[in-house]
Amino acid sequence: MILFRLAFKSLLSRILTVSLTIFAIALSVALFLGVEKVRTGAKASFADTISGTDLIVGARSGGVQLLLYSVFRVGNATNNVTWQSYQDIANRDEVEWIVPLSLGDSHRGFRVLGTTAEFFDRYKYRGGRDVQFVDGLAFGDLFDAVIGADVAAALDYTLGDEIIVAHGIASFTEHDDKPFKVSGVLKKTGTPVDRTVFVSLEAIEAIHIDWQGGGRSQNTISAEDVRQMELKPKAVTAALVGVTSRLKIFGLQRWVNEYSEEPLLAILPGVALSELWSLIGVAETALVGVSIMVVITALLGMVAMIFSGLNERRREMALLRAIGARPRTILMLLTTEAALMSFVAVLLGVTLLYTGLFVARSHIDAAFGLYLDITWPTAREYIVLALVVVAGTAVSLIPALRAYFLSLADGMQVRN
Amino acid sequence: MTAAVEINDVTFTWRGRTSFSLAIPELSVTAGEKLFLLGESGSGKSTLLSLICGINTPDRGMISIGGVSLSDLRPAARDKFRAEHIGVIFQMFNLLPYASPLENILLPLSFAPARRAQVDVPKDEAMRLATALGLPEEMVTQANTTELSIGQQQRVAAARALIGKPKLIIADEPTSSLDASTQEAFIKLLMTQTEDAGATLIMVSHDQRLSAQFDRSLDLAHVSRITRGTP
Repeated sequence: MILFRLAFKSLLSRILTVSLTIFAIALSVALFLGVEKVRTGAKASFADTISGTDLIVGARSGGVQLLLYSVFRVGNATNNVTWQSYQDIANRDEVEWIVPLSLGDSHRGFRVLGTTAEFFDRYKYRGGRDVQFVDGLAFGDLFDAVIGADVAAALDYTLGDEIIVAHGIASFTEHDDKPFKVSGVLKKTGTPVDRTVFVSLEAIEAIHIDWQGGGRSQNTISAEDVRQMELKPKAVTAALVGVTSRLKIFGLQRWVNEYSEEPLLAILPGVALSELWSLIGVAETALVGVSIMVVITALLGMVAMIFSGLNERRREMALLRAIGARPRTILMLLTTEAALMSFVAVLLGVTLLYTGLFVARSHIDAAFGLYLDITWPTAREYIVLALVVVAGTAVSLIPALRAYFLSLADGMQVRN
Repeated sequence: MTAAVEINDVTFTWRGRTSFSLAIPELSVTAGEKLFLLGESGSGKSTLLSLICGINTPDRGMISIGGVSLSDLRPAARDKFRAEHIGVIFQMFNLLPYASPLENILLPLSFAPARRAQVDVPKDEAMRLATALGLPEEMVTQANTTELSIGQQQRVAAARALIGKPKLIIADEPTSSLDASTQEAFIKLLMTQTEDAGATLIMVSHDQRLSAQFDRSLDLAHVSRITRGTP
């Protein structure tokens, strides 16, 4: 008990250096926990990119590749799914809904996705959240476009603005004869939806109707004339599928994979997402490693601080010895001080983190679409926090042992 | 009556860059005696005191305090013995700067349960001693230790040495940081309180004038023999 009092008073008398040391450890602890939060948050956000969809169907390739181009709009499909195959899947009994995805064009760096208005009802993220409109509505007219939050912010678009879709991903030929009008702006979701320009499947067909083999044909068809034509797509890039019962997912998946008319692939989004995460998750290990290094650095700073104070505290040690303290008491006094500092630092670090989370959470969600859940520390985090206190106490044994031997040698008087 | 301190045929050598060895053939202090040891700096007085306190152990010979032979005790027990039976006052830097004067006075009781049992209410006893040694009450309870004058610090140190009635008080040049007028007053108060506690007092000083108030005065040069040299 007396040790605790002495350690506390002694720390209090050196409040400036002590609080700086504590603050350094607290910051490192907050950083470590923060990285943990961002890591799990990013992982959860990633896994929640798409939900509510049971199967994604596309031309046969790899599962991750299909996920990348259909959901993340990264890379291109090697092949399309013919309209006939699409219809065959749609007509299956176990299919409750199906939403086509037609990719290939772009607008100023953002992908253009041809789909149906049903997409906005069926596409869910973060555990079943709906895609919401900030402004306007889904497609009413043939040449209506709905834009994601990032598109709206980056290009400063509002309702009624004109959009010219470019042919292909990086090309200079534009469908400038058939401009679109912004009919709706979506709320930020933190998913690739934010970076997408949505148009109707018919519109994709309409802007390509007078194109042949990647170039515009001689007989152009005006935007007015095209409205009178039947705009049936020849193919789609991929499709999102919902089944009537979860039990039927695997049956349908097998059916699609064994479809004989055309090589197709059906994937479960969750499985493909975790496959993809295992590829990019290496970065998280690096992040954790760096933050552990920062904690170690802060603890070493504390050891250095204790060491530098030892010499001027030799008289104090000699005095305690004269009063009857054992050398072991001196050792325990120093380690108690370190334990107190580490403990206070851990508490402060946790406080810093949660204060930071409360203040910045909504901003982070809005800016990065990264949703950080405010929960009590996990068991793993409690263990880490306890480890910081234990490690802080343990490393302080180095200066404490030095003090132990100094006080053995000094006895009642400081000898230099 | 058992002797408070009994030293027989003791030798001790500091091992360092230069060796320094001290030999004390015989020294005996009766219980309740007030002994003045005259010693210049370098006369081996600090070494003698740390031998009596059991912080250092002699290479040879016997030291017993109140009938207990220190060399028979293990290091931890020696530390405990010192805490229980010996009060020490140094020339300076007597106090923990971060603890209050009152906490400084009470400090030995934390290491010495028997001394703690001697006092009913530690705080009251500390205040009684402090007042008896001429310290204003509010200075003990409210002032910072670092704010005290040297004279006041020495009084706090004396109160700390005396609390719980240890059998032996050791004072190592307790007055040499004080000016002449307060030296005598301090020693008088220290003596009164030592008598009050029924303790033995050994004081070391280089100042022969202070010896007048003591029962007996010895010159360290006659008590001990010092050898210096390279080992």
